[in-house]
Amino acid sequence: MSTTPAAATLPREHYLNAQYGVRSWLLTTDHKRIALLYLASITLFFFLGGAFAVMIRIHLLTPQGYLVSPETYNKLFTMHGVIMIFFFLIPSIPAVLGNFLIPLMIGAKDLAFPRINLLSWYVYVAGASFTLYAVVMGGVDTGWTFYTPYSSLYSNSAVAPTVIGIFITGFSSILTGLNFIVTIHTMRAPGLSWFRLPLFVWTHYATSIIMVLGTPVVAITVLLAGLERLFHLGFFNPALGGDPILFQHLFWFYSHPAVYIMVLPAMGVVSELVPTFARKPLFGYHFVAAASLAIAVIGFLVWAHHLFVTGMSVYAAMAFSILSYLVAIPSAVKVFNWMGTLYKGSISYQTPMLYALGFIGLFVIGGMTGLFLASLGVDVHVHDTYFVIAHFHYIMVGGAVMGYLGGLHFWWPKISGRMYPEGLAKVSAIILFVGFNLTFFPQFILGYLGMPRRYHSYPPEFQVLNVLSTAGASILGIGYLLPMLYLMWSARYGKAAGRNPWPATGLEWQADSPPITENFEKTPVVTWEPYDFYHRPDLKLAPPPPEFRGLRPAEHAEHD
Amino acid sequence: MHRTGELYGQFQNLDQQRETASLGMWVFLITEVMFFGGLFLTYTINRSLYPVAFAESSRELDVRLGAVNTAVLIVSSLTMALAVWASQTGKRKQLIAFLLATLALGSVFLAIKSVEYADKFHHHLIPGHNFHFPDSNITPVLARQEPNLNAHSQLFFSLYFGMTGLHALHMVVGVGLLLFLLRQALRGRYTPQYHSPVEICGLYWHFVDIVWIYLFPLLYLIDRHR
Amino acid sequence: MPEHIVSKKVYYAICATLLLMTGATYWAATRDLGKFNIVVALAIATFKATLVVLFFMHARYSPRRTQLVIISGIVWLAILLALTLTDYLTRAWLPISG
Repeated sequence: MSTTPAAATLPREHYLNAQYGVRSWLLTTDHKRIALLYLASITLFFFLGGAFAVMIRIHLLTPQGYLVSPETYNKLFTMHGVIMIFFFLIPSIPAVLGNFLIPLMIGAKDLAFPRINLLSWYVYVAGASFTLYAVVMGGVDTGWTFYTPYSSLYSNSAVAPTVIGIFITGFSSILTGLNFIVTIHTMRAPGLSWFRLPLFVWTHYATSIIMVLGTPVVAITVLLAGLERLFHLGFFNPALGGDPILFQHLFWFYSHPAVYIMVLPAMGVVSELVPTFARKPLFGYHFVAAASLAIAVIGFLVWAHHLFVTGMSVYAAMAFSILSYLVAIPSAVKVFNWMGTLYKGSISYQTPMLYALGFIGLFVIGGMTGLFLASLGVDVHVHDTYFVIAHFHYIMVGGAVMGYLGGLHFWWPKISGRMYPEGLAKVSAIILFVGFNLTFFPQFILGYLGMPRRYHSYPPEFQVLNVLSTAGASILGIGYLLPMLYLMWSARYGKAAGRNPWPATGLEWQADSPPITENFEKTPVVTWEPYDFYHRPDLKLAPPPPEFRGLRPAEHAEHD
Repeated sequence: MHRTGELYGQFQNLDQQRETASLGMWVFLITEVMFFGGLFLTYTINRSLYPVAFAESSRELDVRLGAVNTAVLIVSSLTMALAVWASQTGKRKQLIAFLLATLALGSVFLAIKSVEYADKFHHHLIPGHNFHFPDSNITPVLARQEPNLNAHSQLFFSLYFGMTGLHALHMVVGVGLLLFLLRQALRGRYTPQYHSPVEICGLYWHFVDIVWIYLFPLLYLIDRHR
Repeated sequence: MPEHIVSKKVYYAICATLLLMTGATYWAATRDLGKFNIVVALAIATFKATLVVLFFMHARYSPRRTQLVIISGIVWLAILLALTLTDYLTRAWLPISG
């Protein structure tokens, strides 16, 4: 309600002080507390995965390898990938922001299955423990993709505990997705029809479809690989009549849609940030909603583009190549709609907006380089080079992580009741952006020039670019460390934020900051369209420009 | 905590609670479809690669026991559906009877499965170091058609044990669920207004039946026309 | 949406049909139909599964969204099988390695 945070105070009772003690946290069924449990766990794994990245980049300062033996280097990049993907990126936005916000955004008291929500966190912790055990036992050296028959037969590293860990954590993902799908279907407040939902909810619905339909396949796949390792079964071993490519089909059937699990929620965040900081309704709301579903569906049809050079059928490869081009279309639709939202908007550059703009630019670069890889001919040249690494880091780090940080900043007032320090946060975002590009842009060039991925050494002519990349990584690290420090500081000492500091239009901003345990005193009844900045007198905004006055958001969009 | 039969805090009314529980179980079941799906894919690929080995290996299975098990599961699905009916219409004694019948039939299934597994063990058909396709069943024609019979037949049996084993694991969980339902039913917890647990456990049980409906022809009936 | 209670008669009829079809699939397997053995076997199995889903699992009387969930599961399994098979079935078309 108040747009001047300085005048606000925290509510007397809220979800953080409703109960005290370790048991009240470890046995909670409050989706907001569970979100914070996840926040703590994934942050831990982010820094563990980051530690492996630091070692990789230091090792690659010299062509002959500076830091570790070749065998250890294999373990470094494997553990970096396994930890970052399964224990940080996949849970990140859904388990932290999704868990916290979805009931608030739909006017519900909690998710459909609160105890299953808590169970999903414990399952995550159990799986993570197995993987930590694997790290302590010396790590895995197969690459995060566990290609057979190396992983199922020849590798001497801790494959079994790692795949058990991934198997178990997969169920955490499945339970979260199941909870979201059912919640969004059955728990919406009165008046909240599908097309009044915020895009954040739409993208989490699409993400949950992927989690629910894809994760079981990787679960059975790693189970099969593990059983093959234990009992020498032969499905993936050519000597016994098996086919290693079958493993790759099964593995990528999930792992490609998994990248959409990682990026769709970030797109949902951006779809909340851009309208808020352009003070304009989202352009083409229906198209963006449809595009989210389209990404989820088409994303399941493209997996074999990871197998182009394996010896798979070239005719099937052509089909998958065309489908891979198709999946870029709904992503592009979203980008154009964000641009349409910015156009003639009243733009302010607060930290969340900086992250959103960073996302848009870096996601476009990452996405376009994906099209290079979808082309059969080009892929032969750049497959398994640093070009691929740069491509997916642009999307995963430049895209997903920036979306995560942008969302964390945007909703931090709601989560903690307090504002983070804006000046420091802006500086940090810029440091992150500079560091990121310095780290990964040289890798596009390296890959195109032929530097292979997963190699512990490289020809001397590549050294300059590698050094630049490592320098960028050190700057990037600062960009990650700073938010962790100042967000923790602000949780205690930040200025009280009030209900709606931005102001934004979502239902979550009508709850207290921080919200009470039941989220709302009374179940709200929704009568307004999403992102309707022009018809919300409670937001106390300046009136819109004359040409937009009196128009409903849909009509306004036609004017552009 | 709250007593069974009451409204959970996050719901507005019992109808919403019931529909939510049902939708939740259905979403879980399609994750199970994809979970078994990976095994069905592996089966499909390997059978298309090694049709002879698969046909011969299938003949080593006891088709009568397989058929009996199929019938047992189908009837157990009937008794489970009748148990749900009893819970919907408030017929407590029939609910308990039908749950017991389903439990009994499920146990019969698992018992027959154990007999089959033990038999495989005795005939050295468990994949691993002791695996050996019975020489007495290898004709010269067969040896020419499929020189790698031992290796490829081991793939079949890995799938046999993998798929029926995973299925049996799900049956065991189902038996556990039935025991839970029985306990609650004996305590009179289920009424026409509140019987979601019976309904959703029923969905789970029927799903496990459907998996077996596919496993039976795919594993036991590949080549029975000789 | 209020619950729909299926009559016991329907359940008995479905069960009888399922047992009959089990017999049919066994019988069909004893005949040599060449390539069609597998087609018949899968067709009968799918028919049985459909009956279980529609009547025992009440899908016929369930809300649209439940039916959508069921169809999605089937479609996704089909995607997994069909698209992977496009690789295996067309590998031999080109007599050199891809």
